[in-house]
Amino acid sequence: MAPSDASAPLLQVDAVRRCYGTRVALDQVSFELWPGEILAVVGESGSGKSTLLHVLAGLQAPDGGAVRFNLRDGGPHDIYCLTEGQRRALTRTDWGLVHQNATDGLRMNVSAGANVIERPMALGERHYGRLRRLALEWLERVEIDPSRIDDTPTTFSGGMRQRLQIARNLVTLPRLVFLDEPTSGLDVSVQAKLLDLLRRLTRQLGLAAVLVTHDLAVARLLADRTMVMQRGCVVEAGLTDQLLDDPAHPYTQLLVASVLPP
Amino acid sequence: MTAAQQAPVVRDPHVNFAYLDERTKRMIRRALLKAVCIPGHQVPFGSREMPLPYGWGTGGIQVTAAILGPADTLKVIDQGADDTVNAVNIRRFFQRTAGIAVTTDTTRADIIQTRHRIPETPLREGQILVYQVPAPEPMQRLEPRRSETRKLHGLAEYGLMHVKLYEDIARYGHIATTYDYPVLVNGRYVMSPSPIPKFDNPKMHRSPALQLFGAGREKRIYAVPPYTSVASLAFDDHPFSVQRWESACALCGATDSFLDEWITDDQGARMFVCSDSHYCATRQAGAVSTEPSHGPE
Repeated sequence: MAPSDASAPLLQVDAVRRCYGTRVALDQVSFELWPGEILAVVGESGSGKSTLLHVLAGLQAPDGGAVRFNLRDGGPHDIYCLTEGQRRALTRTDWGLVHQNATDGLRMNVSAGANVIERPMALGERHYGRLRRLALEWLERVEIDPSRIDDTPTTFSGGMRQRLQIARNLVTLPRLVFLDEPTSGLDVSVQAKLLDLLRRLTRQLGLAAVLVTHDLAVARLLADRTMVMQRGCVVEAGLTDQLLDDPAHPYTQLLVASVLPP
Repeated sequence: MTAAQQAPVVRDPHVNFAYLDERTKRMIRRALLKAVCIPGHQVPFGSREMPLPYGWGTGGIQVTAAILGPADTLKVIDQGADDTVNAVNIRRFFQRTAGIAVTTDTTRADIIQTRHRIPETPLREGQILVYQVPAPEPMQRLEPRRSETRKLHGLAEYGLMHVKLYEDIARYGHIATTYDYPVLVNGRYVMSPSPIPKFDNPKMHRSPALQLFGAGREKRIYAVPPYTSVASLAFDDHPFSVQRWESACALCGATDSFLDEWITDDQGARMFVCSDSHYCATRQAGAVSTEPSHGPE
């Protein structure tokens, strides 16, 4: 197979369309994501952000258009042309998906350590000592006390669960992470810590990420580029600072103006 | 104590041979053939209402009924013993509905229906071991969605199975699963061996006998054909091992069998005895070379 094409974008989204019955949830969405880049998708509830994320993450096939991912061995490939086994392998190795609710992304009835090392085990690692060290290392990296390794996530706080979810996803060193409102439902100081951690890890590991959020401050802090969605369409896209400081589209202006100053 | 000592059971002429009707038996045989073709794969079948409750071996009984012939000799064990309630009643059930010969002798049986044990006496070619299975899906505890576990089996994604083993080691320092220990069949399907002790797992590997598994409530049949590899899952640095006892069987002195702990009074006295009653009785009847290390107090 051909090696990964370095001159191609990591993710290429081409005129993606998705309908629920007669309602159009996504209409002609196109963008490119390059390695190491973080793209924020902002917009109000019901604007199609989560649908877009599900289409990108291989969870919902689009009704039109294509999602191409630059495979490690094979170059750009439409993810919906892969077999289900290949796509699932991709989601376990090169991708991560951090859910809004940690309970959706974690196994709540097994220990934190087991949550972290589930992916390496799925890839065939069968050495307990190495797995244990890996789990400890990753708990430390996401600032969870390593002595909690054998506790179940049910005993964890909301912020810890979210960090555990991040560790569980990043343990296989993916190249692309989908973040679905990772900070909503957390109080502001915990949010700040989590954002700090995310920023550090994405920079350290050179991760590309698609970040869905309704919080413009989160977008400003983490994202290189931002895309504004309204009623399933991308109304404006550009560099985050530029877009937030000088919004061009009336809807973006409204969004920026709606943020309450503290 | 043995079936022979009980009152003779008369064949009931009002029910079909082996209780089930012929169409049902054919349906089960078709499921069995498919199961044998795909070792370890769970095949759905139309499980029937049986005249005893789920959990008492309805799956095993239906499999036995489907494969039983008039000339076959049947042995039924429960926890290794021929004289426990389930074993006695299932044996009588088939004597009454099929009029077949029964035995407690492992070597003489053509079909052995079992719950919780594989006989200590090695099985031979031509014999069929029928297991009663309460929970056929090995991943059920970690992944309750049947649609998802089917997908995991189909794509051979078995990382989840090791999550449970990891949890054991993290919590107890060793793999604490002692029964229903998951196995990989023919290098492809992970299978629940039914609640046999892991002590019996090595006996499944390349066994000359055909092994059939029936889960009545869950409506699944699966199989391990003769001479098929059956590997118990483990970690590289925590290999699979079976339990060992410090004492020998108090009745026959066997040191190589699975022992049950018997409480003999309310003063705390206990003894360890073979769970396989036929194996133990044979050793006691024959010239037993090794004396019991300690007798009943």
